[in-house]
Amino acid sequence: MTEQPQSAIIAEGLTKGFPGVRAVDHLSFDVSSGEIFGLVGPDGAGKTTTLRMLAGIMPPDAGVASVAGFNVAHDPEGAKHQLSYMPQRFGLYEDLTVDENIRFYADLFGVRKAEREERSTQLLQAAGMREFRKRLAGKLSGGMKQKLGLVCALIHRPKVILLDEPTTGVDPVSRRDFWRILYELASEGVAILTSTAYLDEAERCHRVALLHQGKLLFCDTPANLKAKLGKSVLSITSSKPRGLRDELEHAMGISSLVLTGDGLHVVVDDAARRIPEFEARLNSAHVPFDTIQQVTPTIEDLFVDAVSSGASVHA
Amino acid sequence: MPDANNSIVIENLLKQFGDFVAVDRINLEIRKGEVFGFLGPNGAGKSTTIRMLCGLLTPTSGHAQVAGYDVAREPESVRQNIGYMSQKFSLYNDLKVIENIRLFAGLYSVPSNQLSERIEWALGMANLKGRENLITATLPGGWKQRLALGCAVLHKPPVVFLDEPTSGVDPISRRQFWDLIHHMAEEGVTVFVTTHYMEEAEYCNRLALIFRGKIVALGTPSELKQKSMKGELLLVECQPLGNAVEVLQSAPDVMDAAVFGNALHLVVRDATAAIPQVKKYLSDRSITVGRVEKIHPSLEDVFVSLTTASDSGKEWEA
Amino acid sequence: MSFTRFLAVARKEVVQILRDARSLIIVVIMPVILVLLFGYGVNLDLKGLPVYVYDRDGSQQSQDLLKRLQASAYFDVVRVVNDYPALGRSLDDGHAKMGIVIPWDFSERLHEGRPVQVQALVDGTDDNTANVLIGYSQAVVQGYSSDIQLEWLRTRGKLVQPAPVSVETRTWYNEDLESSAFIVPGVLALVMSVIGAFLTSLTIAREWERGTMEQLISTPVTAVEIMLGKLVPYFVIGMFDVIVCALIAIYWFQVPFRGSFLTLLVSSAMFMVVVLSLGFFISVIAGSQLAASQIALLITFLPAFLLSGFLYSIEQMPIVLQWITRILPARYYVSVLKKIFLKGTPTALLYTDLVPLAVFTLVLAVLATRAFHKRLA
Repeated sequence: MTEQPQSAIIAEGLTKGFPGVRAVDHLSFDVSSGEIFGLVGPDGAGKTTTLRMLAGIMPPDAGVASVAGFNVAHDPEGAKHQLSYMPQRFGLYEDLTVDENIRFYADLFGVRKAEREERSTQLLQAAGMREFRKRLAGKLSGGMKQKLGLVCALIHRPKVILLDEPTTGVDPVSRRDFWRILYELASEGVAILTSTAYLDEAERCHRVALLHQGKLLFCDTPANLKAKLGKSVLSITSSKPRGLRDELEHAMGISSLVLTGDGLHVVVDDAARRIPEFEARLNSAHVPFDTIQQVTPTIEDLFVDAVSSGASVHA
Repeated sequence: MPDANNSIVIENLLKQFGDFVAVDRINLEIRKGEVFGFLGPNGAGKSTTIRMLCGLLTPTSGHAQVAGYDVAREPESVRQNIGYMSQKFSLYNDLKVIENIRLFAGLYSVPSNQLSERIEWALGMANLKGRENLITATLPGGWKQRLALGCAVLHKPPVVFLDEPTSGVDPISRRQFWDLIHHMAEEGVTVFVTTHYMEEAEYCNRLALIFRGKIVALGTPSELKQKSMKGELLLVECQPLGNAVEVLQSAPDVMDAAVFGNALHLVVRDATAAIPQVKKYLSDRSITVGRVEKIHPSLEDVFVSLTTASDSGKEWEA
Repeated sequence: MSFTRFLAVARKEVVQILRDARSLIIVVIMPVILVLLFGYGVNLDLKGLPVYVYDRDGSQQSQDLLKRLQASAYFDVVRVVNDYPALGRSLDDGHAKMGIVIPWDFSERLHEGRPVQVQALVDGTDDNTANVLIGYSQAVVQGYSSDIQLEWLRTRGKLVQPAPVSVETRTWYNEDLESSAFIVPGVLALVMSVIGAFLTSLTIAREWERGTMEQLISTPVTAVEIMLGKLVPYFVIGMFDVIVCALIAIYWFQVPFRGSFLTLLVSSAMFMVVVLSLGFFISVIAGSQLAASQIALLITFLPAFLLSGFLYSIEQMPIVLQWITRILPARYYVSVLKKIFLKGTPTALLYTDLVPLAVFTLVLAVLATRAFHKRLA
């Protein structure tokens, strides 16, 4: 059963429970080749469990998971030749050097020596790690460890890559480097499924599935999701944000209000209408403010809107 | 001059390890009741600075005062007057809620006549009244956060250090948590936050960005987004993306080009002038162009621009 | 089964063993230390036991007897005292393990041909030592007594008879009654328990604890390849250590080796598989390295130490314990070792030990293979 399916990853009704909690609840989505798909949600949303099921290391309770054409519930080992999995915790050997780790994983995937040498040189070069070949993995910085993990994951040219929160705790610059590599991989046709708790990181994915308590809230491109919000977002800056909030808390047209460090982040029904209204209101109440402007909604705005309104918008 | 309104004062603080200067003469003044964010890449000197402020590391030279005490000469007093909370490591998961609270009360030497009142307060703040006997590991995410915060401030410290306190927490709980923080700040507690999570950084009144031991930016989140970014940001939708990136990297007037989701982000000197230029440049090379518009930089854009500027070949004068 | 993958896992284990100071010490230094420790340190023989004497006779004959005592290697006549209380005190405060009292009429009665008794006060707090003292002193006195009889016969005019039949004791198997020969072969079992079970028990548990197992099981490597890749290096190291320890035993401690070297290797290999399987099994089921190591010590090292017959003879244990030793693989291995080293028993006659050992080998190997699965929860 190895004919190339339309989608590199298919999940249908995937379900998994642990004592007392339904970690993944009838999850369905698919990922195509060359796509970067984000599983987004806070801790406990079911991201790691989903990835583990797709990697073939945790059997689902119900549902179907297909990776690179293999049914991972029935034939987990079959899929493993075609995929790479990077768990949340650093999964390589700290007491082996960079080269030794790469060789180990190359051998496990049956990559021949010549191919391995060429590929590892190329990958380490791209990751900026050429001089660190002989260094023990445990002595690398956090960002470098992540990159090493990625190199080992790519040594056998997988068709599918599963990444569990690869950028947690990584500073924005390293995060950007990491994403550059992912985009290149995607352009080569690799299907990438990555999970993150950083909601703003979701913006970088081609398509996004927001998870909340094991269930899918929505699944679409970030742009489409924002367009479907049907609301506008305003940013009001002031040196006294609390004053703003007190005044606007009960104003008309507001569906949510968040106090930020230097102002207010407000979700309203219609920006054009509300901006002048708020300006007038604040002025007459002598509440100081600097600017009111419309901004693009963030993924967090979408999330909060979906959860608090209790509705779920499916793709 | 010591200003009673300043809760944390840092003056020419320097820390050197052998030849390596980790913290290079930084200066900061943080007011009482301020929520202050301290950002920076790993290895930039962030953790070293924090350790010095917490009285855990002696400065090589310079001064720092936290809650009125000098960190080099009175580190014990400093530690007694600060609270510290880290998202992943604060609480003991196998203890009950009330046991954790009592433990921290003991560790922070909360006087016995205040004990029961502080315990009540912590439980109330974390919305855990009636749930004292739950095992901490079973608490939903947002509640653990608030409990950890409560435990960190049982002794009513005037200064609180938070390290990525809400990463991984769902947005609703996060907002409630930060409401709490702002409430505490209103009552005069100074909050010092470190994080890589730009969404958390937005909750701070002011931010400082440290890079290679020096402060490279200081201001409110809006100020940073408006003024600190070198250049302006464009969003470019086009096909095929991969080619477009390569092509634009070497285009004149384009400082940086990177893929972002289904589009490109370009850093240019002048957005208005650049938009038509970019459109022409791409179509000249048979790349279909869609939307090209100016967008507001995010804190992350600012962060990246300030911390890679000296590394990239392209340098701009301000 | 892919040889490349197996080799990759094995190579990784070896590198990790070599880079970890702790396991390196256990593998290289510990076996040698154990052999030396037990060879030298544990000495069950008793020699030079301190004796105080109260000679109330003070005659030539009493002096003769005392000289004999002194001449024996087992005693060391430390001091002569002049009253009972002094003798009592010497035993109370431990300066003497035995006190001898020679009665005032010792030589007189001997001269008259009447029997005479010498009194021995023995420190019984350690009954092992006490029994030994009693035995030895009886032997010395008996010797003296027979000599008196002979002398008597000779001096009273009878012809010197040929000496009456004397029993010459010759101890079999352990001629000098040296404990080291008795103990050292068994040390091999101890060494293998530590290497085979203790070290191995850490290996799977450690990968789970560190998080590397999660990534490993997402690759095509099979459970059997992981198991063999992890155990084969320890097998090789273990066999190497067995040979080193055997050589130290034979050439340094002069422990005799009278059996077949091949049988030594084969039985050692079997026991090695037994402990490796046990260690692996423990590593799979234990939740942490700490738990795994403790269980391993409890199930392999302790029984090998206390109940295998290595140090304490099984025949002298209470019946219940004797029955328990029947389910300990170490018991059979130690038994084979002793027979090969000290008795030179032909291999065919070792079946009472080798067959149970083989059964254990098979059962435990199968158990270990089935225990490990490539999955979480």
